[in-house]
Formats: sequence, C-alpha cells, structure tokens
Amino acid sequence: MMEGNKINYGIFAVFILFLLFSQLIEFEFGKVVTDNFIIFARDMLLILPPAFIIIGLFEVWISREKIENSFGSASGSLRYIYAVLLAATTVGGTFVAFPVANSLYHKGADYSSIFTYITAASLVMIPMSIMEATIIGLEFTLLRIGLSIPLVIISSVILNRLFLKLDYELPTDV
Amino acid sequence: MEYLYFIMAVLLIISLFFSRKKTWRAVVRGGKKLLKILPNYLKILVFLALVMSFAEDFIVQYLGTQNIFLGSLLAIIVGSIVMMPGFIAYPLAGVLLTQGVSYTVIAGFVISLKMVGVATYPVEKEYMGVKGTVYRNSASIIITVILTFLIGLYYGEVIL
Repeated sequence: MMEGNKINYGIFAVFILFLLFSQLIEFEFGKVVTDNFIIFARDMLLILPPAFIIIGLFEVWISREKIENSFGSASGSLRYIYAVLLAATTVGGTFVAFPVANSLYHKGADYSSIFTYITAASLVMIPMSIMEATIIGLEFTLLRIGLSIPLVIISSVILNRLFLKLDYELPTDV
Repeated sequence: MEYLYFIMAVLLIISLFFSRKKTWRAVVRGGKKLLKILPNYLKILVFLALVMSFAEDFIVQYLGTQNIFLGSLLAIIVGSIVMMPGFIAYPLAGVLLTQGVSYTVIAGFVISLKMVGVATYPVEKEYMGVKGTVYRNSASIIITVILTFLIGLYYGEVIL
C-alpha cells in the first residue's frame, strides 16, 4: 500500500512537471492536457475535502443501529427508496459514493442497498439530471431514470445474493 | 459544489455544539481516509486529463456513424472507459444531438458514462474490493445495453 502510494505520487509529480514544461516550451498537446486537468481537478478534487469530513462526522455520530434499521436487510424494500434518495442528493456522483458506500456497509447496510446506492448515485443525481433534461430533453431523462431504477434494484438484489453466498466482505480500514 | 462546503460547515457547527472531542475525532478520521485514498484519485485525474485530450474529438467524429448498432457499441465502449463531469458530458451530448446522432447512441453514451467506470477502478477497488468492483461494473454494462435498446425502441430508432 505505502509503496504503491509512493509510485502514484511519483507519477503525479512527473505529470505535473510535464504540464509545466509544456507551458514553457509552448507544447500544444501539453497545453490541452493542462486545460483538461484544471477542469477535472476543480470539479473532482475540491469536492473531496468536505465529502470526507462529512463521512468522518457520519462515522462518529451515526449509530450502527440506525443504519441497520434503514439500510440493513431488516428494513425490507424501504431500503431501496432510502438508497435512491441518498443517491439523488449525493454531490459528486460515484466519486463520492464509493467511500460513502464503504462506510454504510461497515455500519450495517446490506449489499443490495449499497449497490443500489452507488449505481443510482450517478444515474439520478438531481443537479445533473436537470442539466440533462434541459439539453437533451425532459422526455429522455424521465425515460432513462424510470427505466433504470428497477433494473438497478433487480441487479443489486442479485449481487446481494451472490455476495452472501460467497461470504464476501468489503475492505476495512480504507 | 460550493454548497457541499456549506453543508460541511453547518454539520461541523452542530457537531461542535454537542461534543468538541467527537468533532475533532471525525475531522481526523475524515482527513486520514482522504490522505490514504488521494493518490488513487490523482491517478484517475492524470488518466482522464490525458484521455479527454483526444476523446472529445473522437466522440464527435465517430459516434455519428449511420450504423446505429455500431454507433451504440462505440458509444458504450467510450462511455465505459472515460468518466467526465456532467457540465462537459451534456453539452457534448447536445452537440451530438444537433449533428443528428440518434437518441439510442446518446443513451448508450450517457448511461455507460454514468454507470460503468473503468477509469474509476483505482478508487472503486479500494472501497468495494476487486470482486465487488468487477461484478458491479459487469452488471452495469448489461443494464446499459438493455436501457440503450429500450430507449432505441421507444424513439422508434431500433426496429425489430
């Protein structure tokens, strides 16, 4: 893990050097990459600090019981509704949904809830869906969301069965 | 995104009100988690910045093929590999639409972009494990194909 991190930081450092160098020698492709990098970094990196602080607060304050009751198997089919609602309001889509899903799991959410949550996080995010409806059309967006949610839930139920059979455990301490 | 900072601030204030110690513990825990995973996020960023530098032209050029099956297949492949924020993806889809690209192809692109994440693998595998990641993405590809097909039927572009 630590070794891998060093390599990743190394790659990143080389990449940044490449971008800086491209600016210096006016290397066109490097400049395009720089622009893209800035756009992505602004959108994705800045979202991480508040997201992780909120995850920290969640882990410290929210009791296991509460999560088990709403996202655990005891919650019945209500848990899919909770998962979709949580997903619709998760800022940052799957990028933020992965760590959140892992925390939910360790607080007692079952596989079907978290798989529904992750997949729905990118599908039904409210701000993005509004943007989609304005550009592509409301009909398209409603159709896409309406058709996808049942399929996502069905696949999550199947994955849940499969993982229970496999005695699969999500990584801890990440 | 700004409002996530706002939500964080409100939650922190509420948390501080109840317990200083617990708040501090939450902040440390969140910070540690972020530091642990940060290199993986950076890896994704580097990959996306490079890929997006030619993906946009590729998408505009090739997804408009007259063959709807081929177009959808390409759309799903490209959409599965890359990942982009909505404010880039949707205007791009809008450009495709004005070029006369079918709804079916746009659906394949938009849905796979959202559901299938090859580029996000380095982060997903840390939280969901390798098996969890592979199975979820495989299921997502199947769903994408079904949805693309259904949307094609709805718009009368896929004819049985």
